[in-house]
Amino acid sequence: MDLSKASFWGYRRESGRSGVRNHVVILPVDDLSNAAAQAVENNIKGAMALPHPYGRLQFGADLDLHFRTLIGMGSNPNVAAVVVICIENGWAKKVADGIAATGKPVAYFGIEQHGDHDTILRASKAAREFVQWASELRREERPLKDLWVSTKCGESDTTSGCGANPTVGNAFDKLYALGTTLVFGETTELTGGEHLVAARCRNDEVRKKFQFMFDRYQQVIERHKTSDLMDSQPTKGNIEGGLTTIEEKALGNIQKIGRKCLVDGVLDKAEVPSGSGLWFMDSSSAAAEMVTLCAAAGFAVHLFPTGQGNIIGNPILPVIKLSANPRTVRTMSEHIDVDVSGLLRKELTPDQAGDRLLECMLRTANGRLTAAEALGHREFVLTRLYESA
Amino acid sequence: MIHFVVHEDGDGVGVVVVEGVKAGQELSGWIMEDDKDIRITARSDIPIGHKVALRDYKPGDTVIKYGVDIGKAVAPIAKGEHTHIQNLKTKRW
Repeated sequence: MDLSKASFWGYRRESGRSGVRNHVVILPVDDLSNAAAQAVENNIKGAMALPHPYGRLQFGADLDLHFRTLIGMGSNPNVAAVVVICIENGWAKKVADGIAATGKPVAYFGIEQHGDHDTILRASKAAREFVQWASELRREERPLKDLWVSTKCGESDTTSGCGANPTVGNAFDKLYALGTTLVFGETTELTGGEHLVAARCRNDEVRKKFQFMFDRYQQVIERHKTSDLMDSQPTKGNIEGGLTTIEEKALGNIQKIGRKCLVDGVLDKAEVPSGSGLWFMDSSSAAAEMVTLCAAAGFAVHLFPTGQGNIIGNPILPVIKLSANPRTVRTMSEHIDVDVSGLLRKELTPDQAGDRLLECMLRTANGRLTAAEALGHREFVLTRLYESA
Repeated sequence: MIHFVVHEDGDGVGVVVVEGVKAGQELSGWIMEDDKDIRITARSDIPIGHKVALRDYKPGDTVIKYGVDIGKAVAPIAKGEHTHIQNLKTKRW
């Protein structure tokens, strides 16, 4: 596929970024504000609430990550406008100001001294205006390099490593050559293949930062593990699918970054890349956590290879599923956007599989709903670093 | 028909990619990186996605896949046998 002149139809945002969806988001800052946010979603058709269980008594780096994730979700170019609701006004304003820095319309409301009824009324009025405004925005033709693409695999099995993950790798190699912005992560799932990622880092500075993030996560595992982690990594699903050791899982995982891309930079969780190229983001390997961090970092479309059939989606980031496992494609077809099982029958070359995925990615970017979107998968899961105070 | 695939020449295990492999069955394999064919006789029933040993291992031997160390044998494994958590274990964690 010649991608040099490829383009997609996206929403040009005030920041200059291009989005592929046009959501109006009702964003609760804390657990207490979920009820009001969901009431506004119910009142205003086309608005979407993002309920979650956190935001109270967090502190330090964990609180920083909470704010970074919420502000990042609101700032994502797939979001047209945001209504922020918080139990009190101060943090509502803090999150709203962070999102408003992108130039997009934001309103915020505190519940204290108003109660739910008045908050829902005021927030619904703002949401109604945003929804009607957003409904008139039109897609424009954008160069493919403006599309930010993330990847993470889930419920992997051995077919992931020889089929679906190398397909993402093939697509990443092609996108990288265009100067696209790409990200991968899953820090613990590089264990056993970390030397291969280190060897792909652009320079010593990037390599040092990668090694720091990798070692930091290994220390977390060492501190908390009670056995050899065989119950969690690989997961029961991985083991059912034939993966035996973390090393084997990691080597399959790494196939997603292709053969030509260099790792150009390293990000902390939910951190926004400062330039194009392939980025490594320190992140959990749990699907919903990692995909949420990609959404918060500003990525607009996600490539998700699966073996045994992980069914995850995200509220604002379209998640495209591909699988090379013929049994999964047969038994879970409603979840799979791209079938690359032909790779393992020699009916499809890696290059053809990569093109098939890119074609689906472009259709998704142009507006086609993914399987996860059509099925209503909106897993929004915030990463926590430690206990609340 | 391809019953199993091998990432590269020199790997000590292959991956079964069809359902219903039975002990005693003659299997055709494909070494993907080198585009070569390989044949082996299954010594166990092996589910789709699970590994078949391409050589004999004794406990402590390193198992190679993708050309890289993926762990050690913790029980004897015969060529053609199902290779999984009962006889292969991580060297990490």
